[in-house]
Amino acid sequence: MVKFLPLKQAVAENLNDGDTVAFEGFTHLIPTAAAHEAIRQGFRDLTLIRMTPDLIYDQMIGMGMAKKIIFSYVGNPGVGLLRRARDAIENGFPRAIEIEEHSHAGMANAYEAGAAGLPCAVFRGYRGAGLADVNPNIRSVTCPFTGEALAAVPSIRPDVTFIHAQKADRKGNVLVEGIIGIQKEAVLAAKRAVVTVEEVVDNFDDLHPNLTVLPRWTISAISVVPGGSHPSYAHGYYVRDNAAYLEWDEIAADREKFQAWMQANVINRTADDFASRVEHLRKAA
Amino acid sequence: MSVQPGFTANEMMTIAASRALKNDDVCFVGIGAPSAACNVARLTHAPDITLIYESGTIGTAPDVLPLSIGDGELCETAVTTVAVPEMFRYWLQGGRISIGFLGAAQLDKFGNINTTVIGDYFHPKTRLPGGGGAPEIATSSKEIYITMAQTKRGMVEKIDFFTSFGHGEGGDHRQRLGIDTAGPTLLITDLAIWKPDPASKEFTVVSLHPGVTRQQVRETCGWVVKFAEALDETPAPSELELKTLRDLQARTKAAHEGTGKGKAA
Repeated sequence: MVKFLPLKQAVAENLNDGDTVAFEGFTHLIPTAAAHEAIRQGFRDLTLIRMTPDLIYDQMIGMGMAKKIIFSYVGNPGVGLLRRARDAIENGFPRAIEIEEHSHAGMANAYEAGAAGLPCAVFRGYRGAGLADVNPNIRSVTCPFTGEALAAVPSIRPDVTFIHAQKADRKGNVLVEGIIGIQKEAVLAAKRAVVTVEEVVDNFDDLHPNLTVLPRWTISAISVVPGGSHPSYAHGYYVRDNAAYLEWDEIAADREKFQAWMQANVINRTADDFASRVEHLRKAA
Repeated sequence: MSVQPGFTANEMMTIAASRALKNDDVCFVGIGAPSAACNVARLTHAPDITLIYESGTIGTAPDVLPLSIGDGELCETAVTTVAVPEMFRYWLQGGRISIGFLGAAQLDKFGNINTTVIGDYFHPKTRLPGGGGAPEIATSSKEIYITMAQTKRGMVEKIDFFTSFGHGEGGDHRQRLGIDTAGPTLLITDLAIWKPDPASKEFTVVSLHPGVTRQQVRETCGWVVKFAEALDETPAPSELELKTLRDLQARTKAAHEGTGKGKAA
């Protein structure tokens, strides 16, 4: 049953060295505070799964925590490349990492299959695409009814998934709204799930009944971390800090600058710092 | 490279691309130049165009261009916002997209696109972001429009990696793979408008932007360029088109720089 825990404890109880882990959020609601807590606790040999690795995986890869990444877009959307990830892939710095690359459709279908308890996902994809030649986990099956060749990829089943959401109620049910991304599937596909939320409310009774809700029994732990998604955003709470994404390009371009930034902004900080990071963004929301 | 006083080559490219979009199109929009072109179309001649971003926003009408495919404004102004699996299964794979609008790092004359790696996949010279939604956008959208600025490094005889399949080796290669959509039907660069030859599927220049010469097109393209017999000149941007694009870009610049100093990315 779900437990309300401080983030430090929620991460320590649910993540282990060598785990396969997804920190999901599709541009919106990226669980940055949870990722920073994982960095502070120094986990090693992680297999990081995520459709768009974004800054948090650039940071984990740059800190040498990843042995493998499974992804479908290793860029900083609208800005360019993820420079720490690129350094690891091109130069093996700070360590070589394995990569397993898919398309967004492949990843989305694989998460959905994981949530559905299926061993693989079947969809019409990768036709003519080079990824099928370099990723042995992209295979094909023949439709038993029409004979059509379809792509098949293994389902995604993380040991643990971390997401950020707007609200939990006192029982631990979770509400997500806005761009809802892949988070519901990523939680349901995982053995354990940790959710950071902007706030806890008594109940959702005054909200409309079709908002995406993860029932409390699908979640291991909830931590209240206002602003925990920065520089991503939480719809209705604060806007995306696009300037920070632009600035990251410069920070991550240099190995030493990156390390100094991580010390100052992650290692020597706590999850409580996130609330102040979004103060100026709340006014614009 | 300014082609003529009054507007830049890049502006001409974006505006020429916007003109290709129709009011009843349902367009899967890539970030960057495609996004600018689609929104200029919406703000000028195609007010009811349906713009879809892969984050799940359907029928969005942003006031500023998004930095990412999932900026909040895309959701706030959308007709509806759906989960990512639904976006790719029901809307894209389900055949409900008329135009997929893509950019490219490398492009060949058959409209095959590489945004994955420069060099060998396993030992890349440059690791690029990769395909994201593009591999399936390229095969499930009814047609593909491509836009990019011309360079010899970008427009190459042979791409290093097939991120998105265009016409393959040309001719009926798509059909032979069982792909029943039209694939790339239009390429708009900063110098010209290109369309595939009906038989060979090789991109052929059909219109030069104002002030552009055949020689400029050849010098900035890595394959031997074919020109249509009847070569048009692209109409210069109208005052309204230019003003719409520039206002949009000014709003966008102010919005993205204005969010804060990013002290804790």
